[in-house]
Amino acid sequence: MLPTTGHPQNNDVRKGSGTDVTQNILEMRGITKTFPGVKALSDVTLQVQRGEVHAICGENGAGKSTLMKVLSGVYPHGTYDGEIVFENETVEFSDIRDSESKGIVIIHQELALSQYLSIAENIFLGNEVKGPFGLIDWNKTNFEAAKLLARVGLSEKPTTKVMDIGVGKQQLVEIAKALSKEVKLLILDEPTAALNDADSDHLLDLILHLKQQGITSIIISHKLNEIRKIADNVTVIRDGKTIETITRTEVSEDRIIKGMVGRDLEHRYPDHTSHIGEEVLRVENWTAHHPQDNQRVIVDNVSITANAGEIVGIAGLMGAGRTEFAMSLFGRAYGSRISGTVYKRGKEIKVRSVAEAIQNGLAYATEDRKTYGLNLIEDVKRNISVASLDKLVTMGLVNDNEEYRIANEYKKSMNIKTPSVMNKTGQLSGGNQQKVVLSKWIQSDPDVLILDEPTRGIDVGAKYEIYTIINRLADEGKAIIVISSELPELLGICDRIYTLSEGRITGELPTEDATPEALLKLMTLEKQR
Amino acid sequence: MTSQTTNPAPLGPADTGRQNKITAMLSHAAADLGKNGIFLALLAVVVFFSITTNGILLRPQNISNLIVQNGYILVLAIGMVLVIVAGHIDLSVGSVAAFIGAVSGVFAVTWGLPWWLAIILSLAVGALVGAWQGFWIAYVGIPAFIVTLAGMLIFRGAALITLGNSNIGSFPQEYRNLGNGFINFPVELFGTTVDPLTLAIGAFAIAGLIVQQLRTRAGRLKYGQEVEPTPWFIGKLGLFVVGIGAVSFALSSYKGIPVTLVVLAALVLTYGVVANRTTFGRHVYAIGGNRRAAELSGIKTRWVDFYLFVNMGVLAALAGLIFTARLNLAGPKAGEGFELEAISAAFIGGAAVQGGIGTVTGAIIGGFIIGVLNNGMSIMGIGIEWQQAVKGLVLLLAVAFDVYNKNRAGVRTRR
Repeated sequence: MLPTTGHPQNNDVRKGSGTDVTQNILEMRGITKTFPGVKALSDVTLQVQRGEVHAICGENGAGKSTLMKVLSGVYPHGTYDGEIVFENETVEFSDIRDSESKGIVIIHQELALSQYLSIAENIFLGNEVKGPFGLIDWNKTNFEAAKLLARVGLSEKPTTKVMDIGVGKQQLVEIAKALSKEVKLLILDEPTAALNDADSDHLLDLILHLKQQGITSIIISHKLNEIRKIADNVTVIRDGKTIETITRTEVSEDRIIKGMVGRDLEHRYPDHTSHIGEEVLRVENWTAHHPQDNQRVIVDNVSITANAGEIVGIAGLMGAGRTEFAMSLFGRAYGSRISGTVYKRGKEIKVRSVAEAIQNGLAYATEDRKTYGLNLIEDVKRNISVASLDKLVTMGLVNDNEEYRIANEYKKSMNIKTPSVMNKTGQLSGGNQQKVVLSKWIQSDPDVLILDEPTRGIDVGAKYEIYTIINRLADEGKAIIVISSELPELLGICDRIYTLSEGRITGELPTEDATPEALLKLMTLEKQR
Repeated sequence: MTSQTTNPAPLGPADTGRQNKITAMLSHAAADLGKNGIFLALLAVVVFFSITTNGILLRPQNISNLIVQNGYILVLAIGMVLVIVAGHIDLSVGSVAAFIGAVSGVFAVTWGLPWWLAIILSLAVGALVGAWQGFWIAYVGIPAFIVTLAGMLIFRGAALITLGNSNIGSFPQEYRNLGNGFINFPVELFGTTVDPLTLAIGAFAIAGLIVQQLRTRAGRLKYGQEVEPTPWFIGKLGLFVVGIGAVSFALSSYKGIPVTLVVLAALVLTYGVVANRTTFGRHVYAIGGNRRAAELSGIKTRWVDFYLFVNMGVLAALAGLIFTARLNLAGPKAGEGFELEAISAAFIGGAAVQGGIGTVTGAIIGGFIIGVLNNGMSIMGIGIEWQQAVKGLVLLLAVAFDVYNKNRAGVRTRR
C-alpha cells in the first residue's frame, strides 16, 4: 500500500517504525485502557506483518481479549488511549461494523451463531444477499454460501441448521462468515478451546491455507504447541503490558512460558505456614460428560485428595475442565453421565444434589459470582444466609435478628465494605461481592471449600485480603481447594498443586518443587495422539 | 511493597466514611419511599374519590362493600405475588376459581354434603389443580405462561362441563357466610345501634399491631439494627391505628366485620410471615433473584416452584368459594378477568416483572387501589369503558415508575 493519501500521521508512523511500514498491516501503539479501578492495558504495542499468522500469548486476565476488543471497535475510539494504524491509515472505530468494513473480523471464543438459522442464513446475517425489491435472494444466498463453505473445507449443505452441526464445523461457519465480509485481518480468540483434536487440526490447517491466500490472522491461544505449529511471530502480554515479540526462528514453548510468567512474586501473598492434618476429601475416578453431548468427556477420570488445613491448587488453562470438575462434584451442578466416588474422612459420601453436597460439608464458590454466586437484587444479609438458612430457623421461623447479627459479624471479619448489610449486593464492588460469596460458604460451615478463581476481576488490595481469609480458613482445619489459571497465585498460596489438562490430571507437585514453567508444561500436556 | 502488608485495603476512596453516611441516608430514604410510596398512592386515591364522590366512598356500607367485593381478588393477589416473585405468572386463576366454584356446587348442593366438608374438598381439588400445573412447570420445564394459559382454557372448560350448561344454587347459609356473612353483636344503645364486638375486635387488632411493631423495633434495636427514625415510626403507626379504628368503627355501624375480612386478615398475616420468615418464602425470593445462584446454594428450585403452584391452586379455589358464596350461585362466567386484576394488584404493589421483588402487603394494597378505583368510578357514574382504560393506565404508570426507579438505582450501582 502506498501512503499517497498523505495522512500527516502516516509520516509519524513511518518515522517510528523505520522500513517496516509497507510490511505491517497493523500497528497498535501505546494502547492504554482503564476500567474503573483497573488498568487493563498499559502502553501496549502490537505489530502484525501482512500475510503472517501472529499469535498473542498471555495468562488469563493478561489483557489479550481487551486488546482485541480495542482493535475491533468493541471498545470504541475515545474509550482508550493510543493509536491504531491499519493498512497505513490511522483508524478510529466507533463500533464493530466499522472495523468489519475495513476488513478486520474477530471470531470470539463463544461463537456468535444463531442456532436455529441455516448455515447460509448465518453467513449472511446482517449482510443479506438482496434481489429485486430488496427481497432476499435465497438461491444466490445459498449459492454464495456453498462457495464459501468450499473455501473453508466444510462439506455441509448451506441449508443445514447450525444447531445440527458440531462445534468444530460451527467454527468453520464463523470463518466462512468472515470471508464473506472480505476479511483482511482475521482475529481468532481461543479458536480451538472447545474443539476436539481432529477439528483443531483442520482449523489450524485452514488458517495456514488462508495465509497462502493473503489473509493475515491473529490467533489468541493457550495451546503452545499449536502456536509453535502455525505462528510466524508471537507477542507475549503480561499484566496488560507487551513483554516481547518472538520471531518464528526463536519460538519455543519454554521461551513463551518464560515470557508469560516472569514476574515478581514477592509480597503479593501473605506469609503462611500450613498445619496439615488428616485426609478430608478423596475423589476417585471422577468422570463427567458434556451436559448436551453426553459422548464428549469433559472431566476424565480425575482423582484428587485434600487434607485438613491444606490449601490444594488445581491449575488448568481455560477449557481444561476445572470449573466443570468442581461443579460436577458439587452435587452434579454440571454435566451428564457423571461417575466416580467421593470419600470424606475415609467414608464414602453421596453428592447427588447441591443440597446433599452442602449437607456433606462441601462448598463451592463460583468463578462467575454475578451469574452463579449472588442474588444481586437482594441485600448482603440474605445473600450470606441463603445457603444455610436452616441454621437460623427456630420453631419454623427464620430469626432475622440473628441473621442480621451474623451478617454484621461477617461484615467485620471479612472487611466487607458496605454501608450496611441491608444494602443490595449489586451495589458492592467486585472484591466485596466476592467476600459476600465467601461469607455465604463459610457460614455453611463446610469441611471442604472449593474456590473457583477466587480473585478473578478484583484488584490487588482485595486479592491480598482474600488470600488472608483463605489462610485463616485453612488454619481452622478446613480443606481448601483453589482453582486458578494464575500460576503465581497458586504458587503463592497453595501447599500442593494438581495440574489439569483436557479434563485429566496431568501432574501433582508440592509447591516447593513447582515452578511456573514446570506447571505450564503439565497444564499444556496433551493426550497422546 | 511493605505498604501493602500494613494496609491491605486500598479499596475505596479516602472519604468513604462521610460518603457512606450520606449514601446510606439517601438509600434509606429511597427504600422507604419505595416501600411506603404504595401506601401514599392508596391514600391519594382514597382522598381523591372521597372528594369526587362527596364522601360516599367512605360511608360505612361502602367500606364494607369495598372489602367484600374485592376479597376474592385480594386472596388471589396474595398467591400471585409469590408466583411473580419466583419469576412465573399464573393466567389460570380466574378459570380455576370458576371450576372450583362449580365443583363446590356439586359437593354442597347436588350431593348435599355438609358445608364444611364441601369447602375442604373444594380446597383439596384446588390443590390438585395447582399440582397439575406445578408438575408441568417445575418438573417438565414448560414456562408458566404457557402452562397456565392452557390451564385458563382447560379449567374454564372443566367448569362448563361440571355445570352442564346451567347454574348451581342456592347454597347452604353457612357456606354463603364465606362471601356475605358478618360477625356482629348489635346492641341498642341510646336509640342507636352499635356493635361492641366489632369495636372490640378492632381494638384488639390495634393493640396487636402496636405490640407487634414495638416488639419488632425493640428486637432490632437490641441487635443494633437500623430502625426508622422515631417520629417517622410513631407517625406511621398512628396512621395505621387511625385507619384500623376508622374502618372498624365504620363496620360496627353497618353490619359488623365481614367474614371475608377475617379470612383475608388471617391470610395476610400468615403469608406475610411465610414470605419473610420461613425458608420456603426466602427460597422463593432467592429463586426469583437469581435462579442459578439459588440452585448452587442448595435450594431445591423445582420443589419450590411446584409448591408455589399448589399454593396458588388452593388460594384460587378459596377465591372461587368466596365469589360463589357471595353470589349464592356457581355460574359459567364466574372468575372472568380475575387473573388480570390479581396480576395488576401484584405489579401495582411493586412486584418486579423479572421476579425477585414483591411483597404480600404491597399486593394487598395494590388490590385495594384497584378496588377503590373501581368503586369510586362506579359511584361517580363513570362508564365501564372509561374504568377499563383508567385501570390500564394506572397499571402502566405504576410499573413505569418502578422501572424508572430501578434504572436510576442501576446507574448509581454501576458507577
